[in-house]
Amino acid sequence: MTPDDWLVAAKTDADRRGLPELKPLLDALNDATRALRAASWNRHAAGPPSAVDAADRATRSDDPR
Amino acid sequence: MTTGWCDHPIHRLATAIDTRAVSVREVVEATLARIADRDRSLRAFTTVLGDSARVDAEGADREITAGRYRGPLHGVPVSIKDLIDVVGVPTTAASRVTGRAPAGSDAPVVARLRAAGAILIGKCNLHEFAFGTTGEDSSFGQTLHPCDPTRSPGGSSGGSAVSVAAGMAFATLGTDTGGSIRIPAAACGLVGLKPTFGEVSCDGVVPLAPSLDHVGPLTRCVRDARIVFHAIRDRQEVESASTHGAVRTLGCPRPYFLDRLDDEVRAVFERALSRLSDADWTVEDTPVQHAHDAATISLHLVLPEAAAMHAATLEQQPQDYTPAVRLRLELGRYVRAEDYVRAQHGRAVLGRAVDAALAGRDALVLPSLAIPAPPLGATTVEVGGETASLRGVMLRLTQLFNATGHPAVSIPCGLTSTGLPCGLQLVGHRHQTDHLLDVAEAVETALAG
Repeated sequence: MTPDDWLVAAKTDADRRGLPELKPLLDALNDATRALRAASWNRHAAGPPSAVDAADRATRSDDPR
Repeated sequence: MTTGWCDHPIHRLATAIDTRAVSVREVVEATLARIADRDRSLRAFTTVLGDSARVDAEGADREITAGRYRGPLHGVPVSIKDLIDVVGVPTTAASRVTGRAPAGSDAPVVARLRAAGAILIGKCNLHEFAFGTTGEDSSFGQTLHPCDPTRSPGGSSGGSAVSVAAGMAFATLGTDTGGSIRIPAAACGLVGLKPTFGEVSCDGVVPLAPSLDHVGPLTRCVRDARIVFHAIRDRQEVESASTHGAVRTLGCPRPYFLDRLDDEVRAVFERALSRLSDADWTVEDTPVQHAHDAATISLHLVLPEAAAMHAATLEQQPQDYTPAVRLRLELGRYVRAEDYVRAQHGRAVLGRAVDAALAGRDALVLPSLAIPAPPLGATTVEVGGETASLRGVMLRLTQLFNATGHPAVSIPCGLTSTGLPCGLQLVGHRHQTDHLLDVAEAVETALAG
């Protein structure tokens, strides 16, 4: 599903659930999600999971979560 | 007695209690008198625990008189954000969603404060479910800023901050998922500590986003913050002796963090850096790579986690949420799983970027809050010649360190021309919170000199 398709579906769902005031927030979320997917560090955005480099895997255990 | 003791730091009050220059009963009565005088207008408290505080004060006086002084929190009135369980008292989260059944036990952090001898004086107002930065969405009404009642004290731990700033408690516990300790600390002229992620238990605390939630103290000085931090931290998390010497080097990440600041906040911050240089601190420019992605990453973490926490009550009693908080929670239900995973990857990238910026340095130094305490009801703010979302601006400088888990502390660094406090944020190495407090205490001294 493309981001545009997702946005249409999400707004339709918000209307169906009686939450039309959610639609501007969905626009903002869609913009943020596009930015997330386009981030330079986000190898997943440009390729399959195997694109994550070894350094990422090696340091993941340092992450506090 | 008068309420003269109410504005003292804990370490000074503790000496007076230990030497019996003042009784705990006198301190508690003075604190309750201050609350009676000021909280009708400020609305910092959701519950005042006067009766139990008086009983606990008598017990503390008996113990201390018998020579069983427990330490610097013995007999000291403290407040608790009403998101944290206190046995026998409802945990309201400042919401009509929660009902009013009393908590069955103390949260571990509260039990530890009691074990240290602290007197629980009351529970504090907050932005509903800690999901906001102003306090305007609360079933107990908006907490007001103690210096200017037309302004918000910041949030979400706004009631907690005001309880200490207005002399109605000597310390408080807050929670911080995107800045909710450091933001009100900065806005109210207090010290606010977010420890390293996982150092302080979040059990018995209503979660907002479990991978981002932290519990920590707000106090009048760094020394007091350390006293409370040492009382509440998980024993197994006690850090080894610091490997740092007296390096006295700070990194200032100017790109992103200083791009969009209120002019007066910028001037106060730059003056603080000058004072540090005068006190022989080395302050080096050091960017945090990818910092401009912090808001996007944080959004895709906090929204779905918060929506998951509230899924049942969003279905069963949506009308009981305040409208703005309900909408933000509902928005979290639309974040796609793949984007939550991307954000988790981004958080790891940010963590390494902060570690790199910290390498060879004691801490990062940056402002805590890009604006002074905002006017009540504002939804946008003018910063750097642009109109921006108030919520985004208030979270801008703090939320990155929730995602990475680095410890961060806000300390007061000056006032605007209208007397509103500004905060300076120090960010330390993960699991070196005590060293961060060493740095913060030295910086606090330098700024006061």
